[in-house]
Amino acid sequence: MTRAFALHPGVLRAVLRRMFASKLAGFLNILVIGIALSLPAGLYTLLQNAQGLVVQFSDTPQISLFLNMEAKTEDVDQLRKQLAQHPAVAGIEFIARAQALEQLKQSTGLSDLIGGLEQNPLPDAFIVHPKPGGAQALDMLRGELAKLPKVKEAQLDSAWAYKLEALLKFGRLAVLILASLLSLALIAVTFNTIRLQILTQREEIEVAKLIGATDGFIRRPFLYFGAMQGLLGGIMAWLIVTASLLLLNGQLGALAQLYASQFVLHPLSPGDSLSLLLFSVYLGWLGAWLSVARHLSQIEPH
Amino acid sequence: MISFNQVHKRYPGGYEALKNVSFGIAEGEMVFVTGHSGAGKSTLLKLIAAIERPNSGSVLVNGQNVGALKGGALPYLRRNLGIIFQDHKLLFDRNVFDNVLLPLQICGFDHRESGKRVRAALDKVGLLRREKANPIALSGGEQQRLCIARAIVNRPAILLADEPTGNLDAAYAQEIMAIFNSFHQVGVTLLISTHDESVLQNSAVRRLTLKEGVLQ
Repeated sequence: MTRAFALHPGVLRAVLRRMFASKLAGFLNILVIGIALSLPAGLYTLLQNAQGLVVQFSDTPQISLFLNMEAKTEDVDQLRKQLAQHPAVAGIEFIARAQALEQLKQSTGLSDLIGGLEQNPLPDAFIVHPKPGGAQALDMLRGELAKLPKVKEAQLDSAWAYKLEALLKFGRLAVLILASLLSLALIAVTFNTIRLQILTQREEIEVAKLIGATDGFIRRPFLYFGAMQGLLGGIMAWLIVTASLLLLNGQLGALAQLYASQFVLHPLSPGDSLSLLLFSVYLGWLGAWLSVARHLSQIEPH
Repeated sequence: MISFNQVHKRYPGGYEALKNVSFGIAEGEMVFVTGHSGAGKSTLLKLIAAIERPNSGSVLVNGQNVGALKGGALPYLRRNLGIIFQDHKLLFDRNVFDNVLLPLQICGFDHRESGKRVRAALDKVGLLRREKANPIALSGGEQQRLCIARAIVNRPAILLADEPTGNLDAAYAQEIMAIFNSFHQVGVTLLISTHDESVLQNSAVRRLTLKEGVLQ
């Protein structure tokens, strides 16, 4: 049994020679596999990046309370006490309307425009940090706070993050379906390549069987070929994804600057890269195995 | 070493190749199987290598009933046999050396040892200087000798040859028979099918004569 799993350098060399005997056909196969794998792998990478955003926001939910314009300092103090005593509130920050306007001037660079305003359009606001709880508890708290006197509006800042999270779940399912379908395509490509190889080597297989080759011996080079083709296809997919992300990051840098943000797309992590390669090797091997199992038994010497 | 016991072989379609054939061959014996073409010579050899299976009766090789062997055991039976095929079955995608190397690769011999063995086998049949040639460039007699080299490189105890002098002129045929005689002298069991009268005439070897599938 151990011999069946041992690496056979001689077989590997023969397989490589065969693979590069027809350069164009071999390259096209690898390209097809690479493109097929790069689609789900690329989408997965984008989702991972979006997931990073969601985690960043949904881990620290905030409720913004905007007060009525006519709220006085006493009202603010009154509210501050109420909020501080609330059992579901962990902490509060007060942002006075003047302070808010100042922040807006600085962060958007619209100071000229804002300086031209006759009066400050921004209300006083509290930022409420709730104690940890589920999305439902947060929503209840938001409703409760909205009913407090002098509060005009209570806004759950992480609401969009939850919506995005739901959207991502949907996206992940889509990636999973896409990956499954394209994996089948990869298996089919390998299956067919190996079928053609078996046909062209029919004579060799017959002779080998006649002089005492075991099925394992005959199967081995085809399995190596499938796995090798899968590996090269996986590397191709990785290159496609990485190059695409680099291109996108170039454009994204300009876009992010407009929003005064530092957002960049992170490439596939080393772990994910390894998984991609192992998975493509496995699929190539599986396609070859299915093909060999199907076609080798049809060749019997006589 | 080899024994046939009331062996019957009928091909799909109803053609009866062997009828009730029984004989035995001792270890180290050299035997000719003769008869006209279609008499069942090839079938007899194929039954020994389990390329075909009998419909009834038993074929014993080394005490093993090869007709009842499972598929997984076939390779190990065939490794103990050297088979020289009527149509050579050489591979034209590799040179002479690699053709002879194939049985050793199949058995998993290590690289250096197998190189020595291949050259020894090629030397025995006089093809040592053609090791780099493609078999397609060899003459009929040379191809036949290459086939012999491939069959003996494994040093099998039993050698089966199907019409080894079939298309060769008398001089080549004598050469081939001389090679077989040398194997016989070192104790190899040989079973050679032939209808070549020139080979049979000056030979005192035991014969099994088949006529329409019946042993005479």
